[in-house]
Amino acid sequence: MINIVGRKKVWFALSGIFLAVAILAIAVYGFKESAEFKGGSLWQFKIPTEHPALQDVQGFFANTLKVSGADISLDTTNQSFLARFDTVDEPTHQKLVGLSTNKWASFQELSFASIGPTVGAGLKKNAIIAMVLVLVGISLYIAFAFRKASRPVSSWKYGWITLLTLFHDVLIPAGMLAILGHFLNIEIDTNFIVALLVVMGFSVHDTIVVFDRIRENLLARRGKSGFGVIVNDSVNQTLARSVNTSLTLILVLLALYFVGPPDLKYFVLTLLVGVTTGIYSSIFIASPALVLMKPKNES
Amino acid sequence: MRKHPGLFLGIIVLVAIAAGIFVYPKYWGASLQPWRLGLDLVGGSHLVYQIDLSKVDPVNQDSVIAGLRDVIEKRVNLFGVSEPQVYTAKSGNQAQLIVDLAGIKNVSDAINQIGQTPLLDFREVEQNGSTTNYVYTNLTGEYITGAQLSFDQTVGSPQVEITFNADGAGIFEKITAANVGKPLAIFLDNNLIEAPTVRQAISGGKAVISGNFTIDTAKTLVERFNAGALPAPVTLVNQQTVSATLGSDSLKKVVLAGAVGTLIVMLFMIFYYGLFGLFAAFALVIYIALTLGVFKIIPITLSLSGLAGFILTIGMAVDANILIFERIKEEVKRGLPKTSAIEEGFRRAWPSIRDSNTSTIITAVILYFFTSSFVRGFALTLLIGVLVSLFSAITTTRLFLRVSSREIKK
Repeated sequence: MINIVGRKKVWFALSGIFLAVAILAIAVYGFKESAEFKGGSLWQFKIPTEHPALQDVQGFFANTLKVSGADISLDTTNQSFLARFDTVDEPTHQKLVGLSTNKWASFQELSFASIGPTVGAGLKKNAIIAMVLVLVGISLYIAFAFRKASRPVSSWKYGWITLLTLFHDVLIPAGMLAILGHFLNIEIDTNFIVALLVVMGFSVHDTIVVFDRIRENLLARRGKSGFGVIVNDSVNQTLARSVNTSLTLILVLLALYFVGPPDLKYFVLTLLVGVTTGIYSSIFIASPALVLMKPKNES
Repeated sequence: MRKHPGLFLGIIVLVAIAAGIFVYPKYWGASLQPWRLGLDLVGGSHLVYQIDLSKVDPVNQDSVIAGLRDVIEKRVNLFGVSEPQVYTAKSGNQAQLIVDLAGIKNVSDAINQIGQTPLLDFREVEQNGSTTNYVYTNLTGEYITGAQLSFDQTVGSPQVEITFNADGAGIFEKITAANVGKPLAIFLDNNLIEAPTVRQAISGGKAVISGNFTIDTAKTLVERFNAGALPAPVTLVNQQTVSATLGSDSLKKVVLAGAVGTLIVMLFMIFYYGLFGLFAAFALVIYIALTLGVFKIIPITLSLSGLAGFILTIGMAVDANILIFERIKEEVKRGLPKTSAIEEGFRRAWPSIRDSNTSTIITAVILYFFTSSFVRGFALTLLIGVLVSLFSAITTTRLFLRVSSREIKK
């Protein structure tokens, strides 16, 4: 039996460090928003025969296409270029395709997206509303589902702790994306928001499994052992299943990360980090926090 | 089910086999009903147009939007794209028209044809000293039922005759009556074409536009009017085009990832839980066949994110099994005989399975209602996946276990 509840200060400190780094990264670096959110163009193309160097393509954009401030990167695994620049209308887009085909015969457009700034703003607003609703919805459901386990800790506190761990599980992958955005120019888009929402929906699975066991043990052993002991027993009894349920998802995510399409890479990475954080928080944060929330005068 | 687990299991297996044949993208399944794949998997364009409703009376907005959708749909159908989708989305004062063209070769042509729409309207002319003001009337191309090419009888230059419907004719008569002796401006795509002076009120709903047309420009204009004029101007605000190469590459990779992921999860379950794990692996295959069957029968258009959502549910589908098996282990440890341990395990694991899946269902439902079409596919597959997995993990695995424990007893 591992004494998880007893060493809660260690776990909280560990989480605290990660959270501090994540919050700091978000505050200092912020997120790099993709064209989807702030408006702009995303142009993905391949030049399979000529294989020009990245500098050549950059020069071509600045001198021939006259697209100023274009940010171009080369994806080496797929040998495809990704250019990001301001919103352009369809005639301009066609002109760009024409000029590029003249320059390189094997030029091949893979995808093009041009998004107006107002569309992006609306999308962002909806994404934030969705996040708030999921946070509140899940926490309320937990408070409702654990209404029978209201002594010695009221079921509302189960809800509050769920909310807290959800923030924890979302902030850490979000912080990672802020760091990736700063150093590797990785942008956040709707997929990122979706990944965070899925992390919320899933990370609470494990928390529920532990809470459910606490609920059951509380009803069966009321008065026979202290709350802290019951919580620690419950966490240990459910340890294998907490880890295994998340592990199966992690295995699938790893398959998606390594074999899946490159477009989903950062979506999957956000999920991987979030789900892993979710295992940690349900075992080491949620349950010890429950003990912490217990009123002192009750056993 | 308790009395004849073998029979029920047999039915489920048969249904799953039927679903498997149905969803297989070749042979019978393909000829019966092909899969619907999203633009990001087959290549195509997702075009979002902003509809300018500033000149439209709020009362008429809904009918204008519906009319616009019909007109654009008619135009899009001319491209010969399989199952083009034209739909509108309205939020507050903003209205958008969305056109999805799957597998289209020449996107720019399509965009030009949708965008280049004759926007006709009549405006009253107000002279204020040297400045001329054009005042919008509510007579627009919306009321045009047809157009034809004709020639001026004296000069012989080409002109366009337009016919209004009954409502339009009434409005035209009123406007001309109010402007006798004054010019009435005709605007096409916001360009002043001409401003002939009204001699008398015109009834009967016919008007002639005699700008500086060549025969060709007049002809195109007639064609465009006959295809239907747009009742409100639209601007392309969002375009997402994916080439067929990239689409099929994504499809191949995501299917491979799904297969690899499934295999690893199955091996893990068998390795960790032995015979029970083998049952869970079988149940997982049945789950995949049934879920894909549900997707295809509804039918759901599968996008890349939708498939990703489904693959995630493969990792989640065995969770209920894990919870149940761990519980059965505990019950066996407590000294219960195997058959009752199995029943007890299912019964006791249920509350946590229910509560944890509810949280995913909450997430999927909120995602569905607060996001755009691309993410919706993900939300929908996630939701259906969770619901089917509840059935497959509880019912299918339970039947497997019941059948096997009977065999052991014999």
